[in-house]
Amino acid sequence: MHYFVQQLINGLTLGSIYGLIAIGYTMVYGIIGMINFAHGDIFMVGSFVALATFLILTTVFGFAFLPVVLLIVVIVAMIFTAAWGWTVERLAYRPLRGSFRLAPLITAIGMSITLQNFVQVTQGARVKPLPPQITGGIKIFSASPTDGINVQLSYMQIIIIGTTLVLMAAFTLFIVKTPLGRAQRACEQDTRMASLLGVNVDRTISLTFVMGAALAAVAGLMFLLLYGVIDFYIGFLAGVKAFTAAVLGGIGSLPGAMLGGLAIGLIEVFWSAYFTVEYKDVAAFSILAIVLIFLPSGLLGRPEVEKV
Amino acid sequence: MAAGNQDMPASETNPEGAQALGEDRARAFQQEPPERSANFYDSLRDAGLTALLAGVLGFFFIGLRTEIAPGGLDITTRWRAWIISILIVFGARLFLNIFLFRAKRSTRRKARAEGGGFAAIMPTVGKILTWLLLAFAIVLPFFFTTFMPTRERQFIDMAILIMTYIMLGWGLNIVVGLAGLLDLGYVAFYAVGAYSFALLAHYFHFGFWMALPLAGILAATWGVILGFPVLRLRGDYLAIVTLAFGEIVRVVLLNWYSFTNGPDGISGIPKPTVFGYELGRGQDTINGILGIPYEPIQRFIFLYYIIFILALITNFITIRLRRLPIGRAWEALREDEIACRSLGINTRNTKLTAFAIGAMFGGFAGSFFATRQGFVSPESFTFLESAIILSIVVLGGLGSQLGVVIAAVVMIGGTEMLRNLDFLKSIFGDNFDPVQYRMLIFGLAMVIIMVWKPRGLIATRTPSAIYKEKKRISADLVAQGEGH
Repeated sequence: MHYFVQQLINGLTLGSIYGLIAIGYTMVYGIIGMINFAHGDIFMVGSFVALATFLILTTVFGFAFLPVVLLIVVIVAMIFTAAWGWTVERLAYRPLRGSFRLAPLITAIGMSITLQNFVQVTQGARVKPLPPQITGGIKIFSASPTDGINVQLSYMQIIIIGTTLVLMAAFTLFIVKTPLGRAQRACEQDTRMASLLGVNVDRTISLTFVMGAALAAVAGLMFLLLYGVIDFYIGFLAGVKAFTAAVLGGIGSLPGAMLGGLAIGLIEVFWSAYFTVEYKDVAAFSILAIVLIFLPSGLLGRPEVEKV
Repeated sequence: MAAGNQDMPASETNPEGAQALGEDRARAFQQEPPERSANFYDSLRDAGLTALLAGVLGFFFIGLRTEIAPGGLDITTRWRAWIISILIVFGARLFLNIFLFRAKRSTRRKARAEGGGFAAIMPTVGKILTWLLLAFAIVLPFFFTTFMPTRERQFIDMAILIMTYIMLGWGLNIVVGLAGLLDLGYVAFYAVGAYSFALLAHYFHFGFWMALPLAGILAATWGVILGFPVLRLRGDYLAIVTLAFGEIVRVVLLNWYSFTNGPDGISGIPKPTVFGYELGRGQDTINGILGIPYEPIQRFIFLYYIIFILALITNFITIRLRRLPIGRAWEALREDEIACRSLGINTRNTKLTAFAIGAMFGGFAGSFFATRQGFVSPESFTFLESAIILSIVVLGGLGSQLGVVIAAVVMIGGTEMLRNLDFLKSIFGDNFDPVQYRMLIFGLAMVIIMVWKPRGLIATRTPSAIYKEKKRISADLVAQGEGH
C-alpha cells in the first residue's frame, strides 16, 4: 500500500511536467490545427537556458539564497524561451499559414531537427549534470511492517505539483477572463470570422506560441531540477510523450491536456513500478492506441462532426 | 522577423479564376507587405531588429557554453562567436530585404507567373528529366568507375543510400500521397523488413533472395495489423498513433534481448548471391565460374543494381496500381471519405491495402538495408528516419514520383556531400567538422524548401482518371495528406 502511494506521488509529479508541455501542444493545435513538433525542443531549449542562468547566478555572481535564484531563473528562462517560441512561429509557421496541412508539419519537424542540432553543436553532445538543489521532504507514512517503505513527499515534488497547479489555475483564468484569452478562443472557433471582427489573428497566434513556450520553459526548469541531467535530446521523448498526453486528453482541450499528462505520467510510473521499466513507453503508447480506438477524439475532446 | 508585420490582411484583390481561391490567396496575403522594402532606412531598421533578436536567442547558446568541469559544471563565454553570429544575421537580413523582398509583385501577376510560362513547359521538362535520370541511373556505376576511379566506392555507396531513400519515399507515397493517410511511423515497416531477414538468416540461415519476399509479406502483415486499429482515426490522431507504433516496434526490438539481441543488434547477415553463387575470389564463386577477376567494387555495383531494380518495381507497381480500381479508390479516399462511402467503396479494405502495400515496399527496402549493412540494430530505426522519409515525400510534392527522386537526391545527397568538404578545415581551422553540421543543415533545408514551395518541388499532378484529353492539374486542387 505504501509502495502504491509513493508511486502515485511520483506519477503525479511526472504527469505535471508532461501536462505543462502538453498545454503548449494543445493550445497551438486548438488555434491553427497543426502539430507543433518543435515544442518538445522548445522545452529542451528552456531547460538549457535555465541551466545557464542558474550557473551564472550561482558561480559568477555568487548568489546562494535558493528561492531568489530560482525565481530569477524561472523568469529569465520564460522570457528567453518565449523569444525562441516566437521566432520559430515567425520563421517556420507564419509563412505557411493557409497552406495545406502537411506543409507546417514538415517545417515543424525541420525546426525540431534544427533546434536539436543547434544545441548539440553549440553546447556539445554530452549530458549536463546538475547536483540536486532541493533536498529533503516530508515523511507522510513511516515504514510499514509489511513492505518496509517510507512514503515521502519531497520538497521538490511539492514545488513541482504546486507550481503546476498555480500555473494551470492562472492560465485557465487567463483564457476565460482576459481580452487576449477571448481572442484566442475566438480564433480557435473561426479564424476568418475573428479577423473580420477585429481580432488580430497573427498577433494572437504569436502570443499563443509565446505562452506555450513560457510554460515549456517552466517544465524545462522542473525537469532539470528533478532529474538533474539534461542533454540536447530530451526534447524529443518529452515532446512525444506530451503530445501523446494532449491527444489522449482530447487535443484542443486545456483540462484534457492536464488530464492526459497526469494519465501518461501515472501509467509510466506504475508500469515501471509493477512490471518492467523497459516497456514503460510501450505501455503509454498502447494505452493511447486503445483509448483512441474507443474514443477517437480523446478523453475530453469534442467529437468532430463532419458536414457534407 | 518583421516588426510591423502583424496586420491581418484585408480581402481586397479579386482572384483570377477559381483556382486562385483559398490557399493561394491566403498565401499571397502572407507575403511580405510591400511597404517594408519601401526604402533603405526601413530595411536597415528591420535588419537591426532581426540582429537584436538573434543576439537574444544566441546569448545562452552561442555566447555561453556550459562545460563539465571538475566539481560540477562551469560556464565559458564565447563573445566573439556571438558577435559574429549577430553580424551574419544582420547582413543576411539586410541583403534579403534589399534584393529579394524588394520586388513588388501583385497577387495577380504572381498568379499569372505561376500559371503560365514555366508551368506550361513543365510536363515536357518533367518527361525529359525522367528519362534522363533513368538513363543516368542505369549507367551510374560505370560512370563513376570510369570518371572517378579514385572515389568510385564512396559515390556508388552514396547512390545506393539515395536509391534506398527513393524506394522508401515511393513506398510511403502510396500511403500518404495516394491514400492520404498521414503515417509518421513508416520506419516500423522498414525495421520489420530488416529484422525479418536478419532473424531468418540468423536462426534459419536464409539467403537474401529467399528472405526478400518473406520480409515483404511480413511487413505487409504488420501493415494490416497496425492499420486495423487506426481505421477510425483521422488526421493528427492517426499521425500520433502511427508514430507511437513506430516507437513501440523500436522499443520492443531494443528490449527483447533473447530474440533480437537488443541494442547489440544482429551481425553476420549474408550478402546477396548471384543465382546461388557468391561474389568473391575462388572457384566456387560467380567470378570463378564466369572467369571474371574479383574486385571489391563489384559488390557495390551489384548492390546498387539490386536496389535500383527494387525501386523501379516499386515505381512501376505504383503507377499501374493508380489505374486499377484500387488506386482510384485510394485517391477518392484522399479527396473525400464520406463521398467515397456513399459511392459504395469499402473504405476499410481501401485503407488496409494502402497500409499493406506501402508497408510491403518498406519491408523490401528494409531487407535490402540489412543485407547491405550486414548488421542491423534498433538504432537505425528511430523516428528521425520516419521524419526524413516523410519529408522527402512532402518536399518532392506529395503523390509525385519524380518529386521523390529529386527531393531524395537533394536532401540525402546534399547532406552526404558535407562529408567531402574537408577543404573548409583550411578556412575555419582544424577543429571545424562539417559533418557535425549535417543534420542542422538538413533541418534548415527542410524549413526553407517548404516555405519556398509549400506544395513541394514538383507542383503539378497527372490526374488518374481522364476525360477526353489529358490535362495537368495544379497540386492545389488535390487534397493531400489530410489524413481522413
